[in-house]
Amino acid sequence: MSVKQRQAPTGIVTPELIEAEIEGGLVATEAVAQYALGLGDDALILAHRLGEWIANGPELEEDIALGNIGLDILGHARSLLTYAGSAWGKTEDDLAYFRSEPEFRCRQLFEQPIGDFGQTIARQLIASVYFDSLYRALMHSSDKTLAAIAAKATKEVDYHLDHSTQWLLRLGLGTDESAFRMQRGLDAMWPFVDELYRAEPVASGDFGAELAEGLEGIAVDPRALRAEFDAVVPQLVRDAGLTVPQTSAVRGGGRQGIHSEAFGPLLAEMQVLARQHPGASW
Amino acid sequence: MDVFEAPGTAPESAAATQTAAASTGAPTAEDEQGLARFLELIESDARVEPTDWMPAAYRKTLVRQISQHAHSEIIGMQPEGNWITRAPSLKRKAILMAKVQDEAGHGLYLYSAAQTLGTDRDTMFEQLITGKAKYSSIFNYLTPTWADMGSIGWLVDGAAICNQVPLCRASYGPYGRAMVRICKEESFHQRQGFEILLSLMNGTDAQRQMAQESVNRWYAPALMMFGPPDEDSPNSQQSMAWKIKRFSNDDLRQRFVDMLVPQAEILGVTLPDPDLKFNEETGHYDFGELDWSEFYEVLKGNGQANTVRVAKRRAAHENGAWVREAARAYADKQAAAAEAAALAANEMVAA
Amino acid sequence: MPSPGDSGAREEWPLWEVFVRSSRGLSHVHAGSLHAPDETMAVRNARDLYTRRNEGVSVWVVRASDITASDPDAKGAFFESPQGKDFRHAIYYTKSEGVAHL
Repeated sequence: MSVKQRQAPTGIVTPELIEAEIEGGLVATEAVAQYALGLGDDALILAHRLGEWIANGPELEEDIALGNIGLDILGHARSLLTYAGSAWGKTEDDLAYFRSEPEFRCRQLFEQPIGDFGQTIARQLIASVYFDSLYRALMHSSDKTLAAIAAKATKEVDYHLDHSTQWLLRLGLGTDESAFRMQRGLDAMWPFVDELYRAEPVASGDFGAELAEGLEGIAVDPRALRAEFDAVVPQLVRDAGLTVPQTSAVRGGGRQGIHSEAFGPLLAEMQVLARQHPGASW
Repeated sequence: MDVFEAPGTAPESAAATQTAAASTGAPTAEDEQGLARFLELIESDARVEPTDWMPAAYRKTLVRQISQHAHSEIIGMQPEGNWITRAPSLKRKAILMAKVQDEAGHGLYLYSAAQTLGTDRDTMFEQLITGKAKYSSIFNYLTPTWADMGSIGWLVDGAAICNQVPLCRASYGPYGRAMVRICKEESFHQRQGFEILLSLMNGTDAQRQMAQESVNRWYAPALMMFGPPDEDSPNSQQSMAWKIKRFSNDDLRQRFVDMLVPQAEILGVTLPDPDLKFNEETGHYDFGELDWSEFYEVLKGNGQANTVRVAKRRAAHENGAWVREAARAYADKQAAAAEAAALAANEMVAA
Repeated sequence: MPSPGDSGAREEWPLWEVFVRSSRGLSHVHAGSLHAPDETMAVRNARDLYTRRNEGVSVWVVRASDITASDPDAKGAFFESPQGKDFRHAIYYTKSEGVAHL
């Protein structure tokens, strides 16, 4: 049996590689760091939620699939947070474990509980379409580190989008129960779509004009990505025999540190051990 | 790893009995030929493959051992899965996710190997979630601290690897092949556990305490994973004759202890056995008597987590039923539609 | 007969055999099996299960029930013919040993 174990080809961006570059002098500007922090928090919280599925999936094969997706997204989070931290002399773990709720910048979609498999697929669909267009655009960022993170992420997200699309079809067109649950999942997640495509606060000046100025050619304006969502997702939903939800949008505000009810308990759980041992390394 | 039966409670898996039934009854000429061929394969250290004739008892032993091994991997996801959401660093979180995910994969490889013997996975799942099947008792212990992630990797996976490396040469081909893949993947499991403990031992006082306390709890149960002493393990002899098992319980346990002692020194942890000392004469470490009464208590179902583990597995399986049904229904509908389309196309050609 | 392990229609998701090409220039080799509801999911599950350590550049999946295997009962007879035909192998030709480029 040939089970070859190969090293990742060099040039693939990893948190360790970014860390090494930071040691070599790489520093994100304040504006870039704020931007990377927002994207990193989105990925971190979604990966944490996906981690909750491990050992709980509907079938062993799906446990492994969700694990792979979660690990990809955790990888994005680690790279982004490591890079963001370079501006403040902080590590990915300082940022993940020692900030309190209002200091997190994640958008509220990612905070929502995993719900049933239908709700998880609904979120994965929405998130994957968003990440897909985001990272494809970010690949062209003039910031080399962000471009490299996006270049790796875009290939991975391509697969995530396929995974959620396949399941959307199967649940939507499978049985009456699965169609009901898939619809309910979409209805539950849809109110959080709008927030994803709102301007980054840095770009709209919420964190001060100097940040917006520092991000030209570097960051992606999510507002420009909305058309793609509208062109792709409603059609996928209809192809799966389901109805495009007509729900109102939540006020959101994750990028400003305003979070949904589910977030506090998530954070308490995620940080509990690290906070019991401040300064410890693991 | 081996899964051991409490004395007098050997469960008869319905499916194993059923598949074995084909070759029970009066031996035919074919059976005798088959047996001769089987013994020749075993004798010459060749592998037995799924479609070969094999004694009913060999098949039954394999189905039981491989499926129990698979169940152990699946149940074994829980004590570690319990810490994924609380892992204290993002690197550890990623490693733990990958490790627990590997265990799902290992269970899956093993179920596939068992399935080649005629018992399908759905049946084996059913046996697991209804509490009819056994799995390794070690997973009925709890993981109250993060250091337990280290101890499981270092001690539990370490013991498992000791057991599993010889299984790569098990006489049944699909089992051996599954074990080759598993052993390759597991090599990182033990190392990451060791490194968790090493980080703790190099850390704060509280971390060192956490590590030592955890090793104190896991050391003896890990040694018991090799099964009862040889004189109390009557089934081992047959398994060794069939070359499913290659070394005796006590031999493997000794090998494990000999490996552990120098590793414990590097870690700076104390192994909780006052009788542990090097024997110049034998060249091995002597170690103290293990408390087998606790082992049998856990085996009987009186561990900390026996019912919880099965209930949790059952819940995951039941909560996923509608998803599995939906995917099946969708596949059936697609197949029916494709068939109808092909039929219509044929009719058009005919017309 | 199908591959060993095929469960017919007994199971909710059928069994699939997975073949992985570990790198360009090599054949697909049997890696193991898995369960999946249909071929679309089977090939994805194969990717997730059998290539998560960079083991492959291509995967094939085949429904276990669609495999045609040689008859195990005819094993001896089926593979008898090549026995005793050593002249099919280079090693049979000893007189040319030591001659360059042969």
